[in-house]
Amino acid sequence: MTDYILEVQNIHTFIGEFHILEGVTVQVPPGSITVLLGRNGAGKTTTLRSIIGLTPPRSGQIIFKGEVIQGRRAYHIARMGIGYVPENRIIFRDLTVAQNLQIAERQKGDLDRKADFIFTLFPDLKRLYTLPGGNLSGGQQQMLAVARALVPDNDLLLIDEPSEGLAPVIIEQMMEAIRQLSSHTTVLLVEQNFQVASRLAERYVIIEEGLSVHAGLIADLVQDRDLIKTYLGVA
Amino acid sequence: MLTYFANLSPQHRRSWGLVVAYVALLLAVSYVDFGYNTAGQTAFRGILLGMLVFMVASGLSLIFGLLDVLNFAQGAFLLIGAYVGYDVYTSLDAGTTVRFLAAIVSGVVFVGVLGAIMETGLIRPLYDRPVFQIVLTFGLAAVLLDLVERYYGPDPKQPLDPPGFLDNNFTLFDQSLSYYRLFIIFLGLTMMVGVFLLLNRTRIGIIIRAGVQDSEMVQALGINVRLIFTLVFVLGAALAALGGIALVPYQGATLEMGNQFLILAIVVIVIGGMGSYEGTAIASIVVGLTRAVAEQLSLEHFDAPVLAETSILLLMIVVLLVQPSGLFGREE
Ligand SMILES: Nc1ncnc2c1ncn2[C@@H]1O[C@H](COP(=O)(O)OP(=O)(O)OP(=O)(O)O)[C@@H](O)[C@H]1O
Ligand SMILES: [Mg+2]
Repeated sequence: MTDYILEVQNIHTFIGEFHILEGVTVQVPPGSITVLLGRNGAGKTTTLRSIIGLTPPRSGQIIFKGEVIQGRRAYHIARMGIGYVPENRIIFRDLTVAQNLQIAERQKGDLDRKADFIFTLFPDLKRLYTLPGGNLSGGQQQMLAVARALVPDNDLLLIDEPSEGLAPVIIEQMMEAIRQLSSHTTVLLVEQNFQVASRLAERYVIIEEGLSVHAGLIADLVQDRDLIKTYLGVA
Repeated sequence: MLTYFANLSPQHRRSWGLVVAYVALLLAVSYVDFGYNTAGQTAFRGILLGMLVFMVASGLSLIFGLLDVLNFAQGAFLLIGAYVGYDVYTSLDAGTTVRFLAAIVSGVVFVGVLGAIMETGLIRPLYDRPVFQIVLTFGLAAVLLDLVERYYGPDPKQPLDPPGFLDNNFTLFDQSLSYYRLFIIFLGLTMMVGVFLLLNRTRIGIIIRAGVQDSEMVQALGINVRLIFTLVFVLGAALAALGGIALVPYQGATLEMGNQFLILAIVVIVIGGMGSYEGTAIASIVVGLTRAVAEQLSLEHFDAPVLAETSILLLMIVVLLVQPSGLFGREE
């Protein structure tokens, strides 16, 4: 047996006729934050979507908690204990904040059990509870999207660019929340903002044109200016 | 309800204003042109038609919103509901009330099962190919129409007597009307409210509304969205069948009724805004009223109902010019 909660082994994913992922390998140890790095269009989002089953890989293997999950339907994979926070903070605009959270319940009472934890992380949501999601600001919607993934008991959270388009103060708040929730749940994060990524994560995987090209400890990556420059274009 | 109005977007608030102003204008024109009683009768006919259209349009709108399938077979569901209902109503040996209830139950169940078979067997395998789905429902509509003609013959079926408990008349706007007409309105209103409560107060309804926006995200939360798709398809089919059966004691059953109501329903969901439930409900009544008033206008002035069909198409064009996403649709 491996020590990883999630193992993505050499997956190939197609969208229509396009070969988007051409060999991505990601290993996520439990109880940590791992970040996927890479330029725009590298395939980070597609990797997360492949894991949750929204764009199932055509070959390769995905093992979650010791079980092979690729090929299963997305709802089935999610129920095994994976929470997904998509890119662009997709919350349900017509539903209230309360309903956005209720819909994520997998068992009756999930929300009651988690409400305190969620409101400690995101106090704003308590005040906004009865408003339609569409009326929330960008930052509040992002908080709701993360909170929604916290309602059921998940062992792994896939969080796609939580800082995208947010003001610096809100980013700080979001980082603090992710740090706190990561003490309960393993996190696989996509983050373009290298500052944010390097402060949050312990491990990284770099994806370049649909291929995972590098992986290791963030602490080592921060030292390696050349690597950063080659693959991420930031100095 | 109050929170509904408080949380309206500016666009939808304006749409409400337009609807209220337009309906007031229709009523005012009718009053001036036809006089009090005829105007009242016309409005009553319009509301009645609106309720019947709603029974087809609500399913069309829900199915389109959630499944992204424009279901051209929705008219055929009304048609089959009407013929099966007619069949049961005329062939059973019991009192009219019992026969009527039996007609409703058997028509709704028959069409519901048909819908379930269609969705799981034919439409589901094609979710990756939306164009094929549209062609498929189009083809199915034609096949179902043919089957009904083959089985029941081409001749129109005359309206049947309303069930005993509704077979009385009342006077409204100086006109003697069957209580059955009130019953149709009551049925339409009950469905409007019933589906509204389903969508707003139940977990399944909340899942449906979320799925209308993003069914993929609903799946990713751990919800078997395909099951909900089937459920909504069956619900839409059943509502249309109910509308068809309700028509039998009012207008009888004809082979054309399916397509007539399908066209009205398509106009309704375009005007109301694709995928918007409130839009469908409001637009149904607006379309019903418009058609009734236009029909009466052209009868009074040209001795023929020439304006009836064109009026709703004109209305649709005007709405699309003012608001391309429909009155209560979302501007993307
Ligand atoms: N529906 C689609 N059809 C065709 N190509 C697609 C589709 N969706 C994504 N792609 C392509 O797949 C590649 C990977 O996309 P993906 O969204 O996974 O990148 P990403 O690393 O998340 O980028 P970003 O940082 O911009 O979010 C891109 O080149 C993109 O153009
Ligand atoms: Mg992305």
